[in-house]
Amino acid sequence: MKRKEFLQWSAMGLGAFMVPSLPAFARAIDPAEALNEGIDVRLKKELADVALSAAKAKGATYADVRIGRYLNQFVLTRENRVQNVANTESFGVGIRVIANGCWGFAATNKVTKEDIARTAERAVAVAKANSRVPADPVQLAPQKGYGEVAWKTPIETSAFSVPVKDKVDLLLKVNSIAMGAGANFVNSGIFASNEQKYFASTDGSYIDQDIHRIYPQFNVTKIDKASGKFETRASLSSPMGMGYEYLTPTPEAKVSGIVTRYKDRYDMLEDVKNAAADVTQKISAKSVEPGKYDLLLDPSHLWLTIHESVAHPTELDRVLGYEANYAGTSFLTLDKWRSGNFQFGSKLVNIVADKAQPHSLGAVGYDDEGVAPKKWDLIKDGVLVNYQAIRDQAHIIGLKESQGCCYAQSWSDVQFQRMPNVSLQPGKDTLSVDDMIKNIKKGIYIIGNGSFSIDQQRYNFQFGGQTFYEIKEGKITGMLKDVAYQANTREFWNSCSAIADKRDYRLGGAFNDGKGQPSQSNAVSHGSSTARFDGVNVINTARKIG
Amino acid sequence: MSILTKEEAQALLKKVLAFSKSDECEVSLSGTEGGNIRYARNAISTAGDISTLTLSVSATYGKKTGSASINEFDDASLEKVVRRAEELAQLAPENPEHMPLMGPQTFKDAITYVQATADMTPESRADAVAQSVQASKDAKLQAAGYIENTTSFDVVANSKGLFAYNQGTDVIFSITTRNEEGTGSGYAARGFNDVRKLDTLGATKVAASKANGSAGAKAIEPGKYTVILEPVAATYMIENMFRGFDARSADEGRSFMSKPGGGNRLGEQLMDEKVNIYSDPFNKDLPSATWNREGFPLERTDWIRNGKVENLAYSRYWAEKKGAKPLPFGANYIMEGGDQTIEDMIKSTEKGILVSRLWYIRLVDAQTLLLTGLTRDGTFYIENGEIKFPIKNMRFNESPVIMLNNVEALGKVERSISVESYRSYLIPPMKIRDFTFTSLSDAV
Repeated sequence: MKRKEFLQWSAMGLGAFMVPSLPAFARAIDPAEALNEGIDVRLKKELADVALSAAKAKGATYADVRIGRYLNQFVLTRENRVQNVANTESFGVGIRVIANGCWGFAATNKVTKEDIARTAERAVAVAKANSRVPADPVQLAPQKGYGEVAWKTPIETSAFSVPVKDKVDLLLKVNSIAMGAGANFVNSGIFASNEQKYFASTDGSYIDQDIHRIYPQFNVTKIDKASGKFETRASLSSPMGMGYEYLTPTPEAKVSGIVTRYKDRYDMLEDVKNAAADVTQKISAKSVEPGKYDLLLDPSHLWLTIHESVAHPTELDRVLGYEANYAGTSFLTLDKWRSGNFQFGSKLVNIVADKAQPHSLGAVGYDDEGVAPKKWDLIKDGVLVNYQAIRDQAHIIGLKESQGCCYAQSWSDVQFQRMPNVSLQPGKDTLSVDDMIKNIKKGIYIIGNGSFSIDQQRYNFQFGGQTFYEIKEGKITGMLKDVAYQANTREFWNSCSAIADKRDYRLGGAFNDGKGQPSQSNAVSHGSSTARFDGVNVINTARKIG
Repeated sequence: MSILTKEEAQALLKKVLAFSKSDECEVSLSGTEGGNIRYARNAISTAGDISTLTLSVSATYGKKTGSASINEFDDASLEKVVRRAEELAQLAPENPEHMPLMGPQTFKDAITYVQATADMTPESRADAVAQSVQASKDAKLQAAGYIENTTSFDVVANSKGLFAYNQGTDVIFSITTRNEEGTGSGYAARGFNDVRKLDTLGATKVAASKANGSAGAKAIEPGKYTVILEPVAATYMIENMFRGFDARSADEGRSFMSKPGGGNRLGEQLMDEKVNIYSDPFNKDLPSATWNREGFPLERTDWIRNGKVENLAYSRYWAEKKGAKPLPFGANYIMEGGDQTIEDMIKSTEKGILVSRLWYIRLVDAQTLLLTGLTRDGTFYIENGEIKFPIKNMRFNESPVIMLNNVEALGKVERSISVESYRSYLIPPMKIRDFTFTSLSDAV
């Protein structure tokens, strides 16, 4: 790629856009700089050894170091113009130690041997200062050193190597289709991220990783001038752990039905055409009658319900109370797990954690404390069987090793327990979505995720969606609006009465899942096939003001 | 050292602007210093110290702008970042909404900086946490909390002679206490510019009292209730409304401030007459910078006056397009209160609910600003002017606009922190009729 081509599109409105969740030291760069190789892996090893030696010399019994280069690109458009193109880079070193039985952490953006040594000493000093407040010493699960190893997201085309002009052209075409189909407003964007991180620890691991993610999206708005009412429909894309190949649609990646949905490849132009039609239909749709309905939840919607009601409450740090002051604790307390018979859901419900799932947002070769990822059951035949744990938690649930789900959003943030990809397994029997619709007498079929809220122990939730279709006597009869459903997590999952088979299995996901104080972002996928939930309470969300 | 004085910053930015060859050049510099401690289960879990300093440059040729930033400050780096911004500007397409930079302005000095807060250290943070942990242990509770202090400065200068500088300090503290059985939980949050006002022991005692008082909660039927929202709860609810004080989104027909059939609701009686909301950078309890990044001086601005929409924010571009006067968003938001205490409000309530904190509030419908979320960390049933018993938490579906039409009484204004945005506001406790709860939650 020629530098000029990058530059041509790199400066449009830069600065007006507030880039979300950027690490502390991220700075704007021109897109060509994203293609720089970064520092040589041999030099990274030398620098890492400086950190480990300095920490040990000051009394650390364990140390790890992360040398990270984090790249982001945001291309944003609105109607017929480019709102912003922003490329950012953040580079630095984070060092974590155990001294006097306590954790300590320090970070620097000055990547020299001297600064790294000083930072390692600062991390040990923080650990020793923290040890003045009495606490049980950190117990770290053993982890073998992997030696010098590397891992890269298996991508075909780095999103950073594609000219910004190509992305702008695609997005303006998306907008043009929406406006041509009668939309009043449309926003669209492509976000791409690349984490280049080097991890080393006193266990003897030297791990070099190159992780890629992409998130194309749009939002179409239509206003009914007569009534002043407006409706929106967002894209049915999913953020993915993929390169730019995600935006090269293929017929086999399309899921047909009431509207086309996508797996592994996304047709943005087709989706926006459908969105414009949907939003027009939504304006004149029937307002839902509140009551109990059987819900048919598409994976483009169900991923968020899984995220909030299964993935978060099975985080062990939340169960133990470490998140109590912010996002809360969990109803899945240790006694329920110890009982071995806590019926979380119906017998159809099998939910697995899998940090290595191909194309997922959470896929890595090693986590941020040097543990190779695993796949394990959280809910087996409806019963709670496990949590998500990292090295200093493993002993609490009798594990001999970490489950490998430690993550930090940047080199400047301390790593802690973050959810791996958590997914509902497809039904074992052959079952299509059409078969499922035929068996519903009074139901609503929900596609796409909308508003979401859940309590601090993950019992009571409310979810909206993008489009809602009424099902009567086995047939889809038309679109509904003003729909939200409320349920208790355990009752909801125990009402799961059917899950489509693996042909329907797709990933959804969150690009920026927040947790911790100060809050950090994590990207994570949740897969499922379409699933049915019986007798769920649906409310009408229409109101009047003024 | 990441905090520069006005003179140091002026000298640095003058040097940067001297490198500029573009039609217009704007430079900004910002730095922060501070630290935090997070604790849980009555012990410190993580702690950090952060120091940043960043220079950004925007260069403009005609209506074409390019921007770049850097965190190296030798002369060669300063010139490099200017050249990069100019190179990008030359190649950029025209921005049809570009507005020329503003010239010199006069700004009053802000009252946002307090030396005592800037003097905080890891040791003083640890001392504040130690008091909280001890109070929690004394009450036989588990504490999880967070303290963070920040000293920061911001400067903007441009080639047309604008120069604005601000330095400020902040400290925030929040604490959740839970009993061993997991049947009671309490919360308190505090935020100040001046750390000398922060009493972590006192705040922990408030949270502990809520935790012990909320144990053994009973279920009541969801429905419409008179509620007394403590400031932390009310803040979190109405901060979602402040973003809607924007003329452009209203005129475009996609906000709760849009008028059916076109235009915005400026001048309309949208809320109860008791509602007054304004911004004021010189409020001593919630001071803010006295300028915004475009170079506008910030003065007191009324947004809602006696329930009427008094002003909406107009960007310079949108003001020119609509023939209106530009008006910047506020840097802080203050809602006037009354003189009632929460105890007064409870006494005057026949049947109602006292809400300590709200949680996980999300927009359900942009048209009506309908929000959903839940109560948390201390919800109590009131009958015949007394708190009768703690009740289980409930989910609400309510619009702050509807809510502010149903105001029965307002209490004394307090500075409080939003649980999610971490922004501080001055908000009174409020008594609201017909607040809509839609389902029960078993969460403690």
